[in-house]
Amino acid sequence: MADDRTFFNEMLDDAGGPRSPYSRLATWLEDKPANFLTKKSRDAETIFRRLGITFAVYGAEEATERLIPFDPIPRIISASEWRKLSAGIDQRVRALNAFMHDIYHRQEILRAGIIPADLILQNEAFLPEMAGFTPARKVYAHIIGTDLVRVSENEFYVLEDNTRTPSGVSYMMENRETMMRLFPELFQTHAVAPVEQYPELLRRTLESVAPDPSKSAQTIVVLTPGIYNSAYFEHAFLADSMGVELVEGRDLFVDAGKVFMRTTREPEQVDVIYRRIDDAFLDPLTFNADSMLGVPGLFDAYRAGNVTICNAPGTGIADDKAIYAYVPDIIEFYTGQKPILNNVPTWNCSRADDLAYVLDNLEDIVVKEVHGSGGYGMLIGPTASKREIAEFRKVLEATPSNYIAQPTLALSACPTHVASGVAPRHVDLRPFVLIGDQVRITPGGLTRVALKKGSLVVNSSQGGGTKDTWVLED
Amino acid sequence: MLGRTASSLFWMSRYHERAQNVARLLEVAYRGAIISHRGQEHGTHWTFALTCSGCEAEFSEKYDELGIRNLAFFLLFSKENSVSVRNSLELARNNARAVRTGITAELWEAINTTWIEFTEVNPQTITQERLPDFLAWVNQRAHLFRGALLNTVLRNDGYFFSQMGNFVERADNTARILNTQYWSLLPDSDILDDGSMEKYQWSAILRALSGRRSYRFAYPNARLKAFNIAEFLILRKEMPRSLAHCYNWIADTAEDLSQFYSSQEPSLAMAKEIAKSLSEKQMREIYQDGLHEFLSDFIGRNNQFAFELSKDYNFS
Repeated sequence: MADDRTFFNEMLDDAGGPRSPYSRLATWLEDKPANFLTKKSRDAETIFRRLGITFAVYGAEEATERLIPFDPIPRIISASEWRKLSAGIDQRVRALNAFMHDIYHRQEILRAGIIPADLILQNEAFLPEMAGFTPARKVYAHIIGTDLVRVSENEFYVLEDNTRTPSGVSYMMENRETMMRLFPELFQTHAVAPVEQYPELLRRTLESVAPDPSKSAQTIVVLTPGIYNSAYFEHAFLADSMGVELVEGRDLFVDAGKVFMRTTREPEQVDVIYRRIDDAFLDPLTFNADSMLGVPGLFDAYRAGNVTICNAPGTGIADDKAIYAYVPDIIEFYTGQKPILNNVPTWNCSRADDLAYVLDNLEDIVVKEVHGSGGYGMLIGPTASKREIAEFRKVLEATPSNYIAQPTLALSACPTHVASGVAPRHVDLRPFVLIGDQVRITPGGLTRVALKKGSLVVNSSQGGGTKDTWVLED
Repeated sequence: MLGRTASSLFWMSRYHERAQNVARLLEVAYRGAIISHRGQEHGTHWTFALTCSGCEAEFSEKYDELGIRNLAFFLLFSKENSVSVRNSLELARNNARAVRTGITAELWEAINTTWIEFTEVNPQTITQERLPDFLAWVNQRAHLFRGALLNTVLRNDGYFFSQMGNFVERADNTARILNTQYWSLLPDSDILDDGSMEKYQWSAILRALSGRRSYRFAYPNARLKAFNIAEFLILRKEMPRSLAHCYNWIADTAEDLSQFYSSQEPSLAMAKEIAKSLSEKQMREIYQDGLHEFLSDFIGRNNQFAFELSKDYNFS
């Protein structure tokens, strides 16, 4: 379907010649024997499996630990393209943090009538418990993964902001390590901006938002739900590469308003928690009383200013799909500037006009659940069957406010290793942003690729793969 | 270090040691199956492997027939046998996975590759002919784990807890094998020189504890004798699976931990006391007080030690 449309080919121009960032790679690819990439793919798989770089697929008992398919052909972004992208991301993450500070304090943006108050106040992702509390440096979302798609030479759209607990950064790093092992010669002919500094920068970011930044040594921990979580590998990877403890809820306890971890000796006070569990599971006393994962009393310790939680509880409001449509307004409101990066035009199905349009055009558009993620609960009109559309229509009519809709974007495509050789496949991009004493954006990010011909779904849970992403230096 | 991390490192090693021990018992059963002794039924050798690994009851609940194929499947691959090699390797890996940040890449790769390759094996293909090679492979992987631990891990608390798990399990395994066969090791059985029965038990015990050849070096002039075998496996420090050897390691490691943390914990005193009593004991005294009683008491004290250790260092 999407293949019938025109899409932007990142490597080749309309005349079939390579675009400038890809010129060397295209030549290199040309004189490789047919089975070269197949062999390299197998080598890569062996490396990943031995290192245990796996993710869990929920509901699939047989394959509880799977590898995300890795495509050995890099995706290349020029220095000038990256400068524009990073300026846009920088602007966006600053605005979103300002937005969260505002809605958890004076709510000027609601008073100004920019966003309907109900959309915030009635939103499940809005945590009233956060009202009036100011986190260190007024930063709410310290780690953000901004999902971008490209539709033409100069047009990028932001698809999602991922301000809760974005994952994938370990793949960004391991993909690079693997590429350097597989193709050292390519790194001699390309000035690829490094990504290996990410854990160090993450650590500095976390230290910079500690309750008492003047302390000489901060105790930082990564909080994981445990080894059965789909992103456990990443949690361990990040703790290891930052040189901090990887803890589960049961390793922490709160005493006199302070958070401690249970060590082999005296309990040790924790200053910063990089949590990789959802808000609802942080503290059974404040949120979900049934949670086995959380730390009783954690939220009180947080509000007392004795520990920093990253990202802050309640950051889900900034990447809520119902709020998404307002992000351009949010940027203008808090920065006084026009957005550098565009939003995808979005219909909000809770509005009658929008819903009517969506119902009339289900075959052509993408409908997403407001609170969904991971590519579940969505309809991709152009690739859905008549029956799927009919069924979705019923659900949508019953609970329209649960959905938003967007035009089907012609995602750009990158050369990808497939059974028949090398062919274009659709990709997106998730750069990783750190916000603390500074905004730090690691050049590159995670490129996800839809391996099936014509497919636009890049999620790993739906058969997507990843690529190393190269930002070239001038 | 987190208490949970200490616990995981302890169990990671402990389950590896267990996997190797069970594989060795199966090897003994396999040898018994192919070497026919005078009028002896194969069943004897196979029961030996089941009783020594403590899963005789679980086996007979599941199978009517005691044959090498059932036995091999049960000890190697069964999910329902709590001490199967499969379950031990999985638990070892889960514990290692929980402390990915606390172990070296080499150690993780050794553990993870073992698990991946083990799960790729179709149990149907492990026929009686292929069994020895497969068991040799399990054994080699366990050695690789130990090698990676000894050669790549920093000598800090994490290393000490791993060592503890290894030697607590090994001491338990040796004591249990001796205890299930203690009647064959009573000095009286030396006098009854009707041959094969006792001798079979002796060489099976030695093989199960990798001591068949080293016994010859430790007792160059003696043939297999119950007294010597018991002494070798209980009191001789140079035998790497003897109780005395295990407790020398444990006491030294407890001392290392106590220096590392600059504190004296009850588990240290206990380890030293057990090591001391083993080094001062004479085999004659053990026989006088009762071999079975001695071994049962040791198994209990070894468990108690592991419990003390977990209390002292907040295992969770």
